[in-house]
Amino acid sequence: MMAFSAGTAYKADIYRNMPLTIPPKMKFFFEETGHIARFTGKFFTEGFKPRYEFQEFLRQCFLIGNKSLSLVGLTAFILGLVLTIQLRPPLLRYGVEFELPYIVADSVIREIGPVITALIFAGKIGSGIGAELGSMKVTEQIDAMEVSGTNPFKYLVVTRVLATSLMLPLLVIMSCSISLLGAYIGYNIKGQISFELFFGQIFQWLPFSAIIPSLIKTLFFGFAVGMVGCYRGYHSTKGTEGVGRAANATVVISSFLIFLIDLVAVQITDLLGFTS
Amino acid sequence: MTDTTTISRESPPVASQETVIRISGVKKSFGHNVVLDGFNLDLHKGENIVVLGKSGSGKSVLIKCIIGLLRPDDGEIQVFGQNVTELNHDELDQVRARVGFLFQSNALYDSMTVRENLEFPMRRHWIKLSQQEANEMVMEALDNVGLAHTVDMMPIELSGGMRKRIALARTLILKPEIILYDEPTTGLDPITGKEISDLMVELQAKYQTSSLIISHDMKCVERTADKIAVLIEGKCHALDSFDGLKASADPVIKQFFE
Repeated sequence: MMAFSAGTAYKADIYRNMPLTIPPKMKFFFEETGHIARFTGKFFTEGFKPRYEFQEFLRQCFLIGNKSLSLVGLTAFILGLVLTIQLRPPLLRYGVEFELPYIVADSVIREIGPVITALIFAGKIGSGIGAELGSMKVTEQIDAMEVSGTNPFKYLVVTRVLATSLMLPLLVIMSCSISLLGAYIGYNIKGQISFELFFGQIFQWLPFSAIIPSLIKTLFFGFAVGMVGCYRGYHSTKGTEGVGRAANATVVISSFLIFLIDLVAVQITDLLGFTS
Repeated sequence: MTDTTTISRESPPVASQETVIRISGVKKSFGHNVVLDGFNLDLHKGENIVVLGKSGSGKSVLIKCIIGLLRPDDGEIQVFGQNVTELNHDELDQVRARVGFLFQSNALYDSMTVRENLEFPMRRHWIKLSQQEANEMVMEALDNVGLAHTVDMMPIELSGGMRKRIALARTLILKPEIILYDEPTTGLDPITGKEISDLMVELQAKYQTSSLIISHDMKCVERTADKIAVLIEGKCHALDSFDGLKASADPVIKQFFE
C-alpha cells in the first residue's frame, strides 16, 4: 500500500510538472509555427495599406521570373521528353499508344509540371530570398532602410511574396508548354505524329478546367516559397552561419509545404469534381 | 592634439543650451539581461558626446532606442522635444529625416551602386528633387568624404575605409542636425580610423551638427569628444571631458585610460 501511494504521488508530480517538461524541439516547433502565423498575418495587414511599393514589386517580378526562366525551361523540356520515352513501351504493350499524348499532358499539367517547377523555384528563388534577406539582416541593411524612412517589411517582404505568388503560376504555364513540346519531340524519336495531331489529341480529351486547379495551387506554392524565404531571412541571426541556415531551411521547409499544399489541393479538386 | 595634420578639437563649435536629445530614465532588458537601467543624458546643439563603455554594455542599444529601432521598456527619449517612444510611424520618419545614423557595419545596400545608396534616403523621405539636383547632392556628399570617383561603383568594390566614408556620405546627404555614430572606427586600421575621426570632426564643424558617438576606441574618443558619458551597468556612471575623466581617481573609469 505504501509503495502504491508513493507511486501515485510520483505520477502526480510528473503530471504537475508536465508543462515544464515539453521537449525543447516540440516547444521550438510550436513557437516557430506561432511566429510564422504572425508574420503571415502581418503580410496581409501591411500589404493592403498604402504606401504601395509598386516599383520594387515590378523589379522583383522581373528578377524572380527572369532568373528562373532558363532552368525551368530546360528542366521542363527534359521532363516531357523523358516521360514520353518511358511511357511509350508499356502503352505499346497494352495497345493504347495513341493515348500517349493525352496521358503525358494530363500528368504534366495536373501534377508533375506544377510540383517540379515549384521545387526548382524553391531551390533557386526561395533560397536566394532567404540568403539575401538574411545577409541584409546581419549587416544591418534592414535597420538602415527603416532609418531611411522605409517600411522594410513592405519594401522587402510584401513585394517579394507577391512577386513569387504571381510569377510561379506564369512559370508553370511556360514549363507545361515546354514539357509538351518535349513530349512531342520524344514521341517522334521512335514514332511519327504531326504537330497538329499530337496537340489535337491532347485538347480533345483534356478539359480546359484541368488547368485552373493547377494554377490555383501553384499560386499557393509561390506564396509559401516567398513567405518561408522572407521569414527565414528576415529573422536570420548568428552572422554568416545564420545566412546559410536561412537559405537551407527555406528550401527544406518550402519543399515540404509544396507537397503538403499539393495533398490538400488534390483532395479539394477531387471533392469539386475537377479530377475527372 | 599636438599632431598638426589632425583636425583640431581645441576650439570646438560652441554648444548652445538648446537640448536636441534628452534621455531620461531609460530602461531596456532582453529577457533577464538588464542592458539599460535608468540611463540619463542630455545632448545640446553643436555638442559631441561620446558614450564610452565595455563591449556588450548596451551602447548600441541606447542609440537604437534613440532612433526608434528599439523601444525602451521604460523612460523617455526626447529628440527635438518629441518623445520618440510615443510617435507613430509617420511622425517618427519626420524625426529620422533630421537625424543621421552611421551603422557599425556601414549597412550599404549590396545590390545598389554608390549613387543609388546615396539617393535612397532622399527618395524614401519624399524629398522632391529633379535628377540634376539629386546628382548635385550626391556629388557634394561624395566630395565631402573625398570619394567622388566611386559614384558608379558597387559597395563590394570598395575597401573597408572607403565603405565607411560612403556610409558617412549617405548619413550626411539629408544634412541632418544630429548624427548618431555606432562604433565608427571599429574594424579599421589605426591610420584609417584616425582619418575617419578627423573627417567626423571636420564635417561637424562644417555642418554644425550635434553628435552622439558610441565608441571604445580611445584615439577616436580623444579626437571627437566634447564630453564623454561612461556607461556602466546600464547607467551613466560619469559625464566629463576627456581630460577630466583621464584625471579621475575612479578605478572603473581608469580602466578605459590604461
